[in-house]
Amino acid sequence: MRHRGSWILSSLVTAALALAIGWTAPAAAQDKPRSGGELTFVVPSEPPSYDAHREETFGVIHPMAPHYSTLLKVDPFDKTGTKPVGDLAESWTIAKDGRTYTFKLRQGVKFHDGSAMTSKDVKASYDKIIFPPAGVVSLRQSAYRAVEAVEAPDPQTVRFKLKWPEGSFLLNLASPWNWVYKADILAKDMHWYEKNVMGTGPFKFVEHVKGSHWVGKKNADYWDKGKPYLDGYRAIFISSSSAQVAAVRGERAHIQFRGFTPADRDSLGQALGNKITVQESPWDCILMVAMNHQKKPFDDKRVRRAMTLALDRYGASQSLSKIAIVKEVAGIQVPGTPFATPPDELAKLAGYWKDVNASRAEAKKLLKEAGVPDGFAFTFKNRGIPQPYEPLGIWLIDQWRQVGLNVKQEIIEASAYHPMLKRGDFETAMDFQCGFIVEPDLDLPRFLSDSSANYGKSGDKVLDDLYNRQARATDVEERKKILRAFEKRLLDEEVHSMMTLQWHRIIPHNSKVKGWTITPSHYLNNQLDTVWLAE
Amino acid sequence: MRGTRGRPVAKYILKRFLLMIPTLFGVAALIFILIRVVPGDVVELRMSGESGASDPRLIAQERARFGLDKPLWHQFAVWTWGAMRLDFGTSMWTGAPIWEEIRLRFALSLQVAIMATIVAVALAIPLGVLAALKQDSWVDYAVRIFSIAGLATPSFWLGIVLILVLLITFKWLPPMVYTPFWVNPWQNLAQLIWPAVAVGYRYSAVATRMTRSAMLEVLREDYIRTARAKGLVEKLILSRHALKNAMLPVLTVVGLEFAFLLGGLVVTEQVFNLNGLGLLFVQAVAHRDYTLTQALVMLVAGAFIVVNFLMDITFAWLDPRIRYR
Repeated sequence: MRHRGSWILSSLVTAALALAIGWTAPAAAQDKPRSGGELTFVVPSEPPSYDAHREETFGVIHPMAPHYSTLLKVDPFDKTGTKPVGDLAESWTIAKDGRTYTFKLRQGVKFHDGSAMTSKDVKASYDKIIFPPAGVVSLRQSAYRAVEAVEAPDPQTVRFKLKWPEGSFLLNLASPWNWVYKADILAKDMHWYEKNVMGTGPFKFVEHVKGSHWVGKKNADYWDKGKPYLDGYRAIFISSSSAQVAAVRGERAHIQFRGFTPADRDSLGQALGNKITVQESPWDCILMVAMNHQKKPFDDKRVRRAMTLALDRYGASQSLSKIAIVKEVAGIQVPGTPFATPPDELAKLAGYWKDVNASRAEAKKLLKEAGVPDGFAFTFKNRGIPQPYEPLGIWLIDQWRQVGLNVKQEIIEASAYHPMLKRGDFETAMDFQCGFIVEPDLDLPRFLSDSSANYGKSGDKVLDDLYNRQARATDVEERKKILRAFEKRLLDEEVHSMMTLQWHRIIPHNSKVKGWTITPSHYLNNQLDTVWLAE
Repeated sequence: MRGTRGRPVAKYILKRFLLMIPTLFGVAALIFILIRVVPGDVVELRMSGESGASDPRLIAQERARFGLDKPLWHQFAVWTWGAMRLDFGTSMWTGAPIWEEIRLRFALSLQVAIMATIVAVALAIPLGVLAALKQDSWVDYAVRIFSIAGLATPSFWLGIVLILVLLITFKWLPPMVYTPFWVNPWQNLAQLIWPAVAVGYRYSAVATRMTRSAMLEVLREDYIRTARAKGLVEKLILSRHALKNAMLPVLTVVGLEFAFLLGGLVVTEQVFNLNGLGLLFVQAVAHRDYTLTQALVMLVAGAFIVVNFLMDITFAWLDPRIRYR
């Protein structure tokens, strides 16, 4: 009997091994990058100009990032999109006082015209970003307020001197917008890069037909030998979402890097089966509710608290994620990223309690205390964009009605929405934020009292102070503690704003596409140097 | 004889031509005001992007660069002076010359308009004539059902159905990128035949109904009866007397639809991902790209006016009574 038992055991082990080998052997073969082929992808927007330093749309990043390098970049395989690695920088050191960052550049990096890239080019590019001359637009200049000077002591060294230490500085240098341009060109014409392309990236520019497509070809002189794997790529500009889905379904395109809806994911999966691979991630975009602090009764924090207490975020996460590009219940940072609120701490904030009935009872009590009558009517302005504004707007109205608030929704055309917010022409309105790296220093300035994006006009100096303290904290745990205090004040005590649900990024792509990892930002991981096509 | 005929025709053409100038000026003034009345601003839209935040200092700097800080009359005067010299400036969104933006899309839109017109005319005239000749027969009913269905079916919906049929039944999708006809005719037709059919069907429905009613009216005219009484062959009566006169209202419909197709295929171009003027129009308005929107409106208005002018001349040729009026 013992003998028989050991035979069965050995048979099972052998079978398991065989199975394991059977599964892993092809997988290993599959995972070895293959050179060749042209990646075709859809871009739902188009570059207004070719200069990333002055633009704000992914329509610039998606087709053009493969032509450029940055000093640092976010690790293309890091799913949180928060780990900086060297791109042009081979190594770096940080001075003890946290105010000097010194980068050693890679040797042998060449621009696409054959000229060598040196620290002079990095300095000229960062000077353009941080200290733009008159008439030159740099949209992310304010993100580098701490920088005192950029220096190039020798051709392979770049040094950043800061006015004060900044915990996020290294990650901020991995910004996908900070393409390194050629110093000689910038010296002659600061606007040259608005209409031309000249980088050190893995792909060279071939052509751009406006409204139609963008083509790049492999840079044989790329510094990272063996890469890129693709012979080239073709970005097709398609604005209609149904045409985008049709392009992937009809195998005219391999992928669209921004994101599809749950319905698109399901229809593509049904139509193409295992020809489609789906990658999903929390998305570094969120819709919030701006409450105008200069209009009654939204100047009363009890009313604002009642409004957030009315929301069943956990229930919405289940139901809305089936029809809209939202899913995760989140605080001020994307769940799963280094400074995100742990779920048990999140559940202590107003509107995040697990018991929604208790939450709504508290909301009704607060409204009564504030003198807001049952059936109080107000207007909620929403942006005229279907996803995810429309379903979230309907959800909010339903939730507020459950605590006795009577809400009228007014849809404002997308192009007129931002000016409306800036004018403060609203009682409550949908507010939005989309980031390129999940980092408090980049995500939180909109809540500060002097921010032009603080549409609710909250003007809370305590938040300003907490923000500044966290920005200068170099110890991670210390920074987390300050951030939790910031979050508690913003979302619980004062309720200057309220979060709905984190967006959820869904990328169903052709299974032939390998070497690409989804991150929380659609601005990241578009250099395509690691991407390859399976046969 | 030549002298007496030539003078009224020349006067007629000149009068029609001169009427184009105030019409174009009126359109220019109207669109200049309308686009500025709509809330939203090209600079804010571009600077805010997806994050929603924007720096007021940068916005003011860019507005000044585009001359948007100047009084409206000044902006209008500058733009009108440029338009008179056919210089519409540069796109406020892309910074590219307006003519370059339009030139890229014009060939595609013109080809779709021509192909859709061919589809429409090829269907409408034979069917309309047939329905009129066989009035109240099953043929007439079939043609009427066909044309009413065409009127009731939005061309973008038919486009979506065509794409789904191609995708599901034949596992094939038309090319997504435009290839000029002279570069690769097969690739070009494979992309453009479907929108031409989708648009041409609706277009033919209007023209078929117009042909049928015009033919019915003409066939009851005295001169047709006279021609028959003279013993003229029926074929000649139809082609030389009836059809030629029935074509006047049909030409009006075909001409106006053709001008509309140049810039009006907004949704159809989205469905088929055509890089045409309709899509450019939508983007220009969505971006509040004042210069591009104004130029596109002028182009479409110009196309309508020119087509009307050509139709007036054609009418005068087809019906001598018009030029002597």
